[in-house]
Amino acid sequence: PTPLPGQDVAPQRVEIHKLRQGENLILGFSIGGGIDQDPSQNPFSEDKTDKGIYVTRVSEGGPAEIAGLQIGDKIMQVNGWDMTMVTHDQARKRLTKRSEEVVRLLVTRQSLQKAVQQSMLS
Amino acid sequence: MDTESTYSGYSYYSSHSKKSHRQGERTRERHKSPRSKDGRGSEKSVTIQAPTGEPLLANDSTRTEEVQDDNWGETTTAITGTSEHSISQEDIARISKDMEDSVGLDCKRYLGLTVASVLGLLVFLTPIAFILLPPILWRDELEPCGTICEGLFISVAFKLLILLIGTWALFFRKRRADMPRVFVFRALLLVLIFLFVVSYWLFYGVRILDSRDRNYQGIVQYAVSLVDALLFIHYLAIVLLELRQLQPMFTLQVVRSTDGESRFYSLGHLSIQRAALVVLENYYKDFTIYNPNLLTASKFRAAKHMAGLKVYNVDGPSNNATGQSRAMIAAAARSRDSSHNELYYEEAEHERRVKKRKARLVVAVEEAFIHIQRLQAEEQQKAPGEVMDPREAAQAIFPSMARALQKYLRTTRQQHYHSMESILQHLAFCITNGMTPKAFLERYLSAGPTVQYDKDRWLSTQWRLVSDEAVTNGLRDGIVFVLKCLDFSLVVNVKKIPFIVLSEEFIDPKSHRFVLRLQSETSV
Repeated sequence: PTPLPGQDVAPQRVEIHKLRQGENLILGFSIGGGIDQDPSQNPFSEDKTDKGIYVTRVSEGGPAEIAGLQIGDKIMQVNGWDMTMVTHDQARKRLTKRSEEVVRLLVTRQSLQKAVQQSMLS
Repeated sequence: MDTESTYSGYSYYSSHSKKSHRQGERTRERHKSPRSKDGRGSEKSVTIQAPTGEPLLANDSTRTEEVQDDNWGETTTAITGTSEHSISQEDIARISKDMEDSVGLDCKRYLGLTVASVLGLLVFLTPIAFILLPPILWRDELEPCGTICEGLFISVAFKLLILLIGTWALFFRKRRADMPRVFVFRALLLVLIFLFVVSYWLFYGVRILDSRDRNYQGIVQYAVSLVDALLFIHYLAIVLLELRQLQPMFTLQVVRSTDGESRFYSLGHLSIQRAALVVLENYYKDFTIYNPNLLTASKFRAAKHMAGLKVYNVDGPSNNATGQSRAMIAAAARSRDSSHNELYYEEAEHERRVKKRKARLVVAVEEAFIHIQRLQAEEQQKAPGEVMDPREAAQAIFPSMARALQKYLRTTRQQHYHSMESILQHLAFCITNGMTPKAFLERYLSAGPTVQYDKDRWLSTQWRLVSDEAVTNGLRDGIVFVLKCLDFSLVVNVKKIPFIVLSEEFIDPKSHRFVLRLQSETSV
């Protein structure tokens, strides 16, 4: 897949198998952002008006890390559902559907250099 | 610790002569005047003889020492020959000026007053004369006066009464100032009234007296119309003299020439002389009192600065005065003197000293006030000590704070504004009205406006208005005039209040809406 304009790396497809922990199915990462949130406080976005869903933390050894998800990734789709124009709660719900055991994400990430710069600045 | 020997707190100079012996640096022994007793060594055992009306510290008029600091023992010489009965050069100039000015102005003042009152009397009696003359002169031929006619009599009477009261309220007020020139509007009004009355008399004389008109009702109506017109002239006078200047159009900046203290006043359309009067009336209550002692230090500094330079002419005798002075200025600018250093340390030292004296003063006054208690009505019969009125109470507690107050006044160079009598009066006043020590002290801690002090010494009533335009001209933007009195001058700068463009903006109260912006992080 070709890189989107403004991004240096082509969108990645990540497949995460949820882990069962007691009653819950966890994916092992945290999200931030949404159309009801304040985009200017997002440390990972290049454009500070971007209201998309970003990965803010990836827990060690969790399913997301195993699948190759990285911190700062922007999630574009989850199982075909669009994630660029959703509220924070809608995003959470789409990721944590009890009926699905596998989620396929379409993510974009900035190049490694820029990611390092961002993390150093924030 | 204070090692100077004590003296009765207020007799700094003895009353008989100004000759005082000063010896030594640490112990300062005063020449003891026969009427004072002092206690050596302890600060609290000061006894006071009967107070007189003399000033607390300095002599009345001669000020031969200009710099009063605490080390006067080393720097002053003995002063002989002057007593409190001599007057200085300043006072002589002042008295002679008073005498020569008062004669001329009185004549002018009374002339204006007599003209106005004669005219007023004439105007007032005219309608009455109009009504009374026909019955006196040709009663037989006159038609009898009907009811309407008699009704008009009542109306004339009441209108004249109203006119009388209005004139009294507007014009018969005590003059508050002597102005250099006559008021233009007042003069115009007097001329108008005069012409008006003369024209009415002319008409009356020709058409009524000569032809012996028999219609009495018409004559009475003529008199009523005169009174109506006079009431309208009175209304015109109110508008011209009082109402027109109420709306503020100009802001005057008044700066005192000696220390730069400035105030701003808003005025309407006034002539320059009336604006000057308003400024002067506000000067006495807004500006702090003029204190010449505070100015001497800067003059000394300037004198010292230029004193060290001398000009030598090497190229032969040539009288180039401007060249010389320019050379002096250039050399003075280049010389590296440390007068700024001196100024800085001197001011810091002075501040410190003032604060220390102030602290001592505040403590002394508070301790003194504790002893005074108001006697309640029930306790009148069983009073423990003797009962005193406020004046005696003031005299009883004054000695304990006299010394600290005197030293503080001396340090802040205010000592000749407050005589002991005035301090005692103020103390009695504060005790009577139940004021706290801080309220009593406030008058001495900060300089107040001129009206606060003794009236006959500090209110100079002779002012000169210096202006390059005629003083009866109205105010305009950019006019500058100066009000001079003997010691200083007030420079007044007139600025126009700008034309203000005010527009409205409507905000719907329902349009005040707010959102909460979050940044939450959810782990999935």
